[in-house]
Amino acid sequence: MTNSTMKTSSIKTSTIKTSTIKPSTIKSWGNYPSAETEQFFARYIVDVRKHILSNDELIARGQARSYGDSSHANTTLNTTHLNQYINFDQHSGLLTCFAGTTLENILNTFVPKGWTLIITPGTKYVTVAGAIASDVHGKNHHIQGCFSQCIQQITLMLANGELIECSPVKNTELFQATCSGMGLTGVIISATIKLQKTKTSYFSQDTIKAKNIEQALKIFEQKQDSDYHVAWIDCLATGDQLGRSIVMCAKTANKQQLKLHKSAKLNVPMFMPNLTMNRFSIAAFNALYFNKAKDNQNQIVHYESFYYPLDGLKNWNRLYGKNGFVQYQFVVPKQNGLEALTLILEKISNSKQGSCLTVLKELGPENENYLSFPIKGYTLALDFKVSPTIWGLLDELDELVLKYGGKIYLCKDARMSEQTFKQCYPNWTKLQKVREKFGSLQKFNSNQSNRLGLHP
Amino acid sequence: MKTLPTKNVVIIGATSAIAKQVAKKYADSNNQLYLVARNQEQLNIIAQDCQVRTDQGVNTFIADLTDRTQINKMFEDIQDKLSSIDVLLVAHGTLPDQKNCEQDVDQTLRAIAENGLSVINILTIAANILEKQKSGNIAVISSVAGMRGRQSNYVYGCAKSMVSTFLQGLRNRLHKSGVYVTDIKPGFVDTPMTAHIEKKGALWASSEQVGQIIVESIQKNKQTVYAPFFWRYIMLIITSVPEFIFKKLSL
Ligand SMILES: Cc1cc2nc3c(=O)[nH]c(=O)nc-3n(C[C@H](O)[C@H](O)[C@H](O)COP(=O)(O)OP(=O)(O)OC[C@H]3O[C@@H](n4cnc5c(N)ncnc54)[C@H](O)[C@@H]3O)c2cc1C
Ligand SMILES: NC(=O)c1ccc[n+]([C@@H]2O[C@H](COP(=O)([O-])OP(=O)(O)OC[C@H]3O[C@@H](n4cnc5c(N)ncnc54)[C@H](OP(=O)(O)O)[C@@H]3O)[C@@H](O)[C@H]2O)c1
Repeated sequence: MTNSTMKTSSIKTSTIKTSTIKPSTIKSWGNYPSAETEQFFARYIVDVRKHILSNDELIARGQARSYGDSSHANTTLNTTHLNQYINFDQHSGLLTCFAGTTLENILNTFVPKGWTLIITPGTKYVTVAGAIASDVHGKNHHIQGCFSQCIQQITLMLANGELIECSPVKNTELFQATCSGMGLTGVIISATIKLQKTKTSYFSQDTIKAKNIEQALKIFEQKQDSDYHVAWIDCLATGDQLGRSIVMCAKTANKQQLKLHKSAKLNVPMFMPNLTMNRFSIAAFNALYFNKAKDNQNQIVHYESFYYPLDGLKNWNRLYGKNGFVQYQFVVPKQNGLEALTLILEKISNSKQGSCLTVLKELGPENENYLSFPIKGYTLALDFKVSPTIWGLLDELDELVLKYGGKIYLCKDARMSEQTFKQCYPNWTKLQKVREKFGSLQKFNSNQSNRLGLHP
Repeated sequence: MKTLPTKNVVIIGATSAIAKQVAKKYADSNNQLYLVARNQEQLNIIAQDCQVRTDQGVNTFIADLTDRTQINKMFEDIQDKLSSIDVLLVAHGTLPDQKNCEQDVDQTLRAIAENGLSVINILTIAANILEKQKSGNIAVISSVAGMRGRQSNYVYGCAKSMVSTFLQGLRNRLHKSGVYVTDIKPGFVDTPMTAHIEKKGALWASSEQVGQIIVESIQKNKQTVYAPFFWRYIMLIITSVPEFIFKKLSL
């Protein structure tokens, strides 16, 4: 169908007014890489259809909280304005909303009503569609699994403009391809998410210092029953302090209060000079952070500071300067996990290129979604300021991760090779079959998917 | 949680990007809504969204606001369904193509009907209801474009300035009845209305920002509000350039 037949259809042209921005440069959270794109903003379903039908190829884009190029392409369809609620069932806690609704929106509306998210990543500024497309995980993955776990149904628009529903029981393969599918199956229009009842917006958090990586993993082991856990690692520490960390375990607090916190006031107003993040400042920061933390402390903390510590500093990504940074997140299987983490941390601390704070999490069992990241094991997320010397190091890290049977997270990725990807994600072939079956192969491609060899 | 008494909020032109944000905010604070627009499908989406947010009712009404009989029917329905009008926001509008208007009387008059006369029609009826009720807030989105005629946009501008002048008089009249009249003057807002204009620089606001300003201004019973505030100073400059210079500028 062409543009002109769209216009003469029963829908008044006024309903398909959409904002277009002339080819512009876009970046995502890592500010690396950038891409030239023609970006359209969809406000209604008809807009999505119009742009799918009138462009040869495109990729959906949400809040651009992925770090690399997974929502970059020559044509991008931004779905953040498609952000209304559709229905909420007070009995089951099932919320149906449009794709661009953010987790922040949901918390703001539902926490005061006594409902909350079951699974959330480390930032609330992501869209529901983005969270589905990356099948994101939170600090409770070892118990609750990935975001798809609380998704009852997805409505997707395919390359021919048709809407199709998929769920764990309906069009199952399309569901498994779409959850973690990085936008490559179609444009998510809406989804039904399960919320859980809550009486509190607070967590009871234990902070424990671990003097090295081995101890950190032991603490995770001892705290298997805690609902949430995460550790901050100083990845510049060496020797028998290698992997010294602050482990945080939490469960929902008894304090019965449903309160929202005001949004972040601190902001990084502009890109910092390239020198801001050098190895001395990072080492100093890490040492300070580590020494400041009190050992064996129990605190009652608001979900805002427990779930989203980084959201407290708006635009913190600008600290890495205009050239941006790469976040390298990998997971290695639990078996031999300590060995793998030790080798990798040694490599990083020897290279003196480590990041500020590194997040360590234990992940639970993998799910059936084709490109889902988590497997039972340990995941580390490290930031590397873009500089000519990091690429070689990252390639070496890839080799180690692969050797131990691990994976690299797609929504953080900006540079992985096709070969590495295909080894990490053997189910890529299943994804391609589903994409072929539903006609998505030619239409939905990103700069990332092209780099990873998913283009037909 | 602090619970404020619920209000009956009528939003006319509810499918406007700015009005949508206002509707969400009133629904979030658990008010009863009455939403009016001409596009049924879009209005339903907004009404659904509001219904998830509020425990109170969300009513809808479909009307082309340039049609007098439809406006009459709308007010009959409002008075049927709501015990009072506590807040009335008039938000609809269109941005005509100035160049086309210069060559076409129909387009010029239509733009004035959509942006000016329809608003005055609505306000004339609403004013009597609120005056009798002796309470309530009327807020209307006009524009900074109404503050000085510019060659690039004076058809739209003159309709908006008609609205602003009308609001001044209305405020004066309704003052003794305890009814507040707020004139909201946005600058550049990133909405479908301005989709064709390239958005650059710090002067552009989001519909969400402007929506927030509107809700706060109504709550504070403000009179004239620039959205965002800095437009007051920009307009101060623009309105004080002497005409003999202004006419030579290409604004
Ligand atoms: C500070 C920070 C902390 C984070 N913490 C975590 C964490 O703890 N755990 C975790 O798992 N992740 C984490 N992330 C990553 C983040 O959750 C994911 O990158 C998420 O996908 C971002 O969503 P978005 O709306 O910004 O989507 P974008 O970044 O805009 O897009 C991401 C992907 O979603 C696709 N997409 C977007 N909209 C649609 C749509 N309508 N239909 C189909 N596909 C679509 C895009 O094509 C792209 O492939 C974090 C990110 C940041 C910045
Ligand atoms: N955007 C700006 O930069 C800016 C600046 C200053 C002032 N304003 C004013 O702000 C208000 C809201 O505009 P917006 O920016 O939010 O743009 P918008 O999203 O395009 O909203 C305009 C709305 O008015 C509706 N409308 C127009 N004529 C109508 C009619 N005859 N009957 C019923 N509905 C009608 C439109 O309905 P349809 O969708 O059905 O056409 C649309 O929903 C307008 O008064 C505008 O003039 C905007």
